[in-house]
Amino acid sequence: MEFVKKDILDMESLSVDEITLILNVAEQMKEISKRSVKKVPTLRGKTIVLFFHEPSTRTRTSFDIAAKRLSADCFSIAGSTSSLVKGETLIDTARNLEAMNPDIIVMRHSMAGAPHMLAKALKTSIINAGDGMHAHPTQSLLDIMTVIEKKGSIKGLRIAIVGDISHSRVARSNIIGFTKMGADVVLAGPPTMIPKGIEDFGVSVTYSVDDAVCNADVIMMLRIQKERQNGFLFSTEREYSRVYGLTAEKMKSAKKDVLIMHPGPVNRGVEIAPDVADGPYSIIIDQVTNGVAIRMALLYLLAGGARNVDAD
Amino acid sequence: MLTLIKGGRVIDPGNLDGIMDILIEDGKIIEIEEQGSGVRGQGSEVRSQKSEVRVVDASGKIVAPGLIDMHVHFRDPGHEYKETIETGSRAAAFGGFTAVCTMPNTNPVNDNTQITEYILKKARLANIVRVYPVAAISPGLKGKGLCEYGDLKKAGAIAVSDDGNPVTDSQLMRRALEYAKGFGLLVISHCENFELVANGVMNEGAVATRMGLSGIPNAAESSMVMRDTGLCELTGARLHIAHVSTVESVNAIRNAKARGVNVTAETAPHYFTLTEDAVKGYNTNAKMNPPLRSSRDREAILEGLHDGTIDVIATDHAPHSSIEKDVEFDLAANGIIGLETSVSLGLRLVENKVITMTDLIAKMSTNPARITGLYSGIKKGSPADITIIDPDVVYEVNADSFQSLSRNTPFDGWKMKGGAVLTMVGGKVVFER
Repeated sequence: MEFVKKDILDMESLSVDEITLILNVAEQMKEISKRSVKKVPTLRGKTIVLFFHEPSTRTRTSFDIAAKRLSADCFSIAGSTSSLVKGETLIDTARNLEAMNPDIIVMRHSMAGAPHMLAKALKTSIINAGDGMHAHPTQSLLDIMTVIEKKGSIKGLRIAIVGDISHSRVARSNIIGFTKMGADVVLAGPPTMIPKGIEDFGVSVTYSVDDAVCNADVIMMLRIQKERQNGFLFSTEREYSRVYGLTAEKMKSAKKDVLIMHPGPVNRGVEIAPDVADGPYSIIIDQVTNGVAIRMALLYLLAGGARNVDAD
Repeated sequence: MLTLIKGGRVIDPGNLDGIMDILIEDGKIIEIEEQGSGVRGQGSEVRSQKSEVRVVDASGKIVAPGLIDMHVHFRDPGHEYKETIETGSRAAAFGGFTAVCTMPNTNPVNDNTQITEYILKKARLANIVRVYPVAAISPGLKGKGLCEYGDLKKAGAIAVSDDGNPVTDSQLMRRALEYAKGFGLLVISHCENFELVANGVMNEGAVATRMGLSGIPNAAESSMVMRDTGLCELTGARLHIAHVSTVESVNAIRNAKARGVNVTAETAPHYFTLTEDAVKGYNTNAKMNPPLRSSRDREAILEGLHDGTIDVIATDHAPHSSIEKDVEFDLAANGIIGLETSVSLGLRLVENKVITMTDLIAKMSTNPARITGLYSGIKKGSPADITIIDPDVVYEVNADSFQSLSRNTPFDGWKMKGGAVLTMVGGKVVFER
């Protein structure tokens, strides 16, 4: 199969075949990270710009490492150091970046649709590393990869996503990604955090964590942002953690081999109890490891490293 | 110099409907004759033989009293790079409008007689269409006090509105209605609950959720419509609800009218033509306030137009340049231009049998005239403000050819059937296709 996409913007625009291809390439890439010399010359001479207009440590580092393991030249531009603070528009900044002929721009932005705007305006490939509350496709791909590693397949799994669905791009991308790959996704959280019309995604919704966790194969807990209290989304951290936090007690009704996921960073003791985060079912750290592999695969596929990759 | 508009279907809602000739001299209608009426003794044909006459063939076309857009933003003074009173007036003429009412959210705000007089002077100099300023309810649109309605009315303001902003303070809104009533001024309400809008940028619902954009619930509008119709009932003042977009607002207005409340309402062509789907792809030319709503809301707007709950079609013509629109969706300015597409979109309602041609002309001319106290009509002796509409002309919208200084329309490239082909203000042709 040929991978002909110019950009990776969201999970909606990826087909099951394309996702499968990315996962297969990521599997090969993961092997590179296990070597003692963790570097291949595949993307030598390619230039990758990490254009992060919103703070990020995990995702930016992951892309940075991925690019370097493939021998690409990788540069970081943060929103605060770029011309954006001098009043230049996003499009103008991006056109200036493009004039320096990068092969890929990896972009993080606090506003939904910003990478889509760039993708339309530029010939350079764009990878969305998170845009507002909209999408975080590389996170979703690494989550799919992690679940498949542990469970063999996503098809038929019951996956519970718990917490602030409204403000989560990870939730949106995972809902689309997991359902595309055949899972039954159930969402749980207080009604203040369940966005209108989410049922249209083909998921079920409950306000009870117990109902969501019951018989679950996978439980993904979302980070609760403390500043959301100002929007009257919940009363107190105390009540939130007691009603919506995941504890060993609440996990009892889940499948015996349930997996616990979290996109990080974790608020220990708020959305997830420490013993659960560190427990035997937790694959939170595997998610991070696979993040590098997924990003290597995407850089490789988009930088033309493989116009024809065998998806065997 | 005489002008003869010949053989068109003349529609003056409630007064005339038939194939007629209209003779115009010195800016006034001096003769109206039904074709085949047989009473043509002093008629147009006789006259046309004795002096120079410009004959406009209107056969197959609709001859209507000049259209009035009672809700436009001309950005002058303050943001003349988006629109001036002259370019806006020209856009109005090209769209078939002979008169417009300009909203006060200019910079500085039209909250004092100097700005009102400035607008009227610029309009006189442009000398294209009639421009009627709407003054602010509160100084600076800040919602903290009352403007000098008496002076403003004397200077030429035809209504007051804080459009762009709601009047958040309910007590101020009550007093504004009462105080305006003392001067016989109309109050136009921009119904929006800021707290419910919060950081919303499009309609709340599945589309916003999918796009990761913050939503604006219907209740942000309808709760204020309910408040203001209640205050209208309390005060007995004249209230007009601007840019109605939701099913609940239509219901609230219908209900208020049934109770005998003295309220009228308008909607804009985009609310009866488009839905939130137009935002997909982060299209900032589909971003406005109130936002494009669901198809259920659109259906309710159509029903409201059909049953008369919604009296007026007004464009909310809101020019913005690429500086405000070619940016992240969250940052993009609200609003679209509408003067040059309104008639064609209105004609779709007639084509789709939502309303009759007579209804359309009422909602775009005689109703806004009645509500604002302006003149509209085709009568012997009245000023010759006339719009000729060709319901069959087929064309494609090309924003680059607009008279407006701005290009922010979601209708660029749309194939249209029907449009204004001639606009006459006081006997002078200001646009001819």
